[in-house]
Formats: sequence, C-alpha cells, structure tokens
Amino acid sequence: MDLEFMEAHLPLYIEAAVLTLRIAAAGILLAFLTGLITSIIKYLKIPVLMQIVNAYIELSRNTPLLIQLFFLYFGLPKLGVVLSSESCAIIGLAFLGGSYMSEAFRSGLDNVAEIQTQSGLSLGFTRSQIFRHITLPQAVSTSVPLFCANIIFLIKETSVFSAVALADLMFVAKDLIGIYYKTDEALFMLVSAYLVILLPISVIASFVERKVRYAGFGDTSTVSG
Amino acid sequence: MQDLGIQVLFQGRNFIRLWEGLWVTLRIAVIAMGLSVLLGFLLGMLMTIQNRTVRCITRLYLETVRILPQLVLLFLVYFGAAKHLGLNISGEAAAIIVFTFWGTAEMGDLVRGALIATPKHQYESAGGLGMNRWQTYFYVIIPQTIRRLLPPAVNLLTRMIKTTSLVVLIGVVEVVKVGKQIIDASRYQTPTAALWIYGVIFIMYFIVCYPFSRLSLWLEKKYKN
Repeated sequence: MDLEFMEAHLPLYIEAAVLTLRIAAAGILLAFLTGLITSIIKYLKIPVLMQIVNAYIELSRNTPLLIQLFFLYFGLPKLGVVLSSESCAIIGLAFLGGSYMSEAFRSGLDNVAEIQTQSGLSLGFTRSQIFRHITLPQAVSTSVPLFCANIIFLIKETSVFSAVALADLMFVAKDLIGIYYKTDEALFMLVSAYLVILLPISVIASFVERKVRYAGFGDTSTVSG
Repeated sequence: MQDLGIQVLFQGRNFIRLWEGLWVTLRIAVIAMGLSVLLGFLLGMLMTIQNRTVRCITRLYLETVRILPQLVLLFLVYFGAAKHLGLNISGEAAAIIVFTFWGTAEMGDLVRGALIATPKHQYESAGGLGMNRWQTYFYVIIPQTIRRLLPPAVNLLTRMIKTTSLVVLIGVVEVVKVGKQIIDASRYQTPTAALWIYGVIFIMYFIVCYPFSRLSLWLEKKYKN
C-alpha cells in the first residue's frame, strides 16, 4: 500500500465524512420528529390523518432509499421542484427514517401495559399527566434500543448518496479508483472511514441501551406471561 | 405536441422492459436469499457450539457484516476482486456474492436465536432416543425452528430486495438503468419522462415488497399462539 498516497488524500475522506455526518445528523433529526408526530397520530387514532400516516409508513418501508432519492432528485424537477443534492439527501433520509422511528415509538407505546394508565387514573392523574409522567418515560425506555438500531441503519444508508451527486465517502473512493487506480488504498480508507464513524456510535448505543433499561415493571410480557 | 408524460410508459415495450429490469435485481435477491438460508442454517448451528474460537470468529464475521454498509461490501468485492484475484467478475456475480455473505450472517443470527430458544429437553430427548447430532437437528430441532424463523426470514427477503437496488451503482443493467435509457431516448418527445419513470419504479418496488412485508406480519401473528 502506498502510504504517501493515503496521507495525501486523507483530507478528501475527512471532508466527505464530515459531509456524510452532517447530512446524517440533519436527516436523523427530521426522521425522529416525523416518527414522533406520526406515532402520536397513530396513538391518538386521529381519523383521516391516521390513514395518511399508515400509507406513508407502508410506502416508505417498502421502497429502497436509492429509488426514493432518484425520484426526488431526477423526477421532481420535472414538476418544477428543484432540490439540491444535499436537501434531497436530507429529505430522503427523513422520509425513510421517519417510518422506522415511528414504528420504534409505537412499539414503545404499545409496550406500556394498560394497567399503568389505570393505576395513574386511580391515583388522580389527568390524561396528559399520565402520558407525560407514566407512559412516555416507559415508552422511551423500551424504544431506545430500536432508536439506536435505526440511527446506525440510517447512517449506513447514507452510503447511497453518491447516486445523487453528493461527494460522500463512496464518491471519493470511486473517484480515487477511477483516477489513480489505487484500488487498495481507496477501499482501505473507505472501510476505515466507515469503521471510525460507526464503531464509536455502536459502542455508545449499547452503553445507552444498558443505561435506560429501567422500564421492566408492568411490561406486558411479564404481566400477561 | 405537449402530452402527458405517462405515455412514455406505453411506447413500444417500455413497461415490459422496466419489469424485466426489476427482475434482474429480484433474481439476485432470490438467489442470494436461497443461498443465505442454506448457509445461514449451517452458520447458526456453528454459532451455538460451545467453543471459544468458533464463537469469536462467527461473532467477528457477524459484526463486520453488520457494521459496514452493503454498498461498501459491494465495492470491496467488485473493485477489490478484480484487482487482486485477477477475476473480472460481473456486477451481478459480485452482487450475489455480497448479498449471500450478508444474508448468511443475518440468517445465521436468526437461526442461532431460534436454536437457543428451543428448550434443552428437546435435544436431550432426541439423544435419549438414540439420535445422533445430525438426526437431532434434522428431525427434531429444525422442524421446530421453522415457525419461529419464517416471519423474520420473509422480512429479510424484503430487506434483500430493497438492498439489491444498489447494484445499479456497480454497473448492473437493472430497472433504474433501463429507466435512464428510456428517459434519455425520449428526452425530446417527453421532457417529463423522468418524473413518470422514477415514479413508476418507486411504485414497482412497493408492489413487490408490500406483499412480503404483509406476509411477514401475518405469519408473525399466526405463529404467536
């Protein structure tokens, strides 16, 4: 391997990694918000909105991100909606991630046993107090592992952004292979870059998961089991 | 004449060509899934063996495959193999290798979970009846794991189908590529072709994946009790 070559092109990778992370952060944040809103709509069973949310979730979960991006980037401009590659990437990630986050929230909410609400009511809590102080904390606790898995999944999905002309890690690697034919170096740095990004996140994720595992009591699986 | 862009779909064999394109990725997904199920069973059995070295290696394999984006794996095989093994493998072959490699890891982990969840007395009773290891697995354990494995395996198949959309990025001529050809060919007659073609590809993926995700949910509910 050509160390000098790798050193010379390290800044390119760092730049690309920063770009990837920035877009991932924005996309994941939006996905999280989308997930929160849609899951609350589903939880409260608001008519009409709930059907729309359901349709959105099915559409987003059953189509690949790459195709969603192609539609946003190449298809929508024909309707007069021209988006930069960066906003396409963020919107695409939010569209895909929103449904995954929504499912994570929902499974958390579903996991809080009915008896918790009933106990809260008998203690004189109002509905909104029950939601804020009893249901939500427990739901979050059980959804956190799913959130973490989704975050890692979404960061991995960012690897397709080069398809909409975004100079991300894959783009840089492919460029270096194309221009210099330094396949080994380019691929080695590509893998290292992803490991540098993803390994710490997955370590932090498993740490956080252990920290928030407090909602064991009244868990549906232990009550009905 | 400025007409509706959707007409581009029905010119000549365009619509059929798109489906043929999708079939290319589906074929990769189905072949890789078939191989993954076979190898996944072997890996799953291997992972339950009480041996430190075997455990370490299988764990490392699983984590590596999980943490790297599939597109990175595709690049590694597609560009790496060409350079080192002097093999000029087609994008399709590279895709089948990568998706089998990935699917085997995922499937192996599912099988491992199912094997561990099978009560110990099943193994012991089989042993008591004079069955050897292979007979125990073949006649007693594996038939019982099918129920548990079917829903997540179908789910893995949908993920596989969605992920195989990436192969366009390593030069396989599939649905997106065919779509691009159609768009380029009708650039002047139908300027809005991109919107319709990518929209239709989006819907096509949905049509293929949706039944499988429903099936997975249905199986999960059916086998719950």
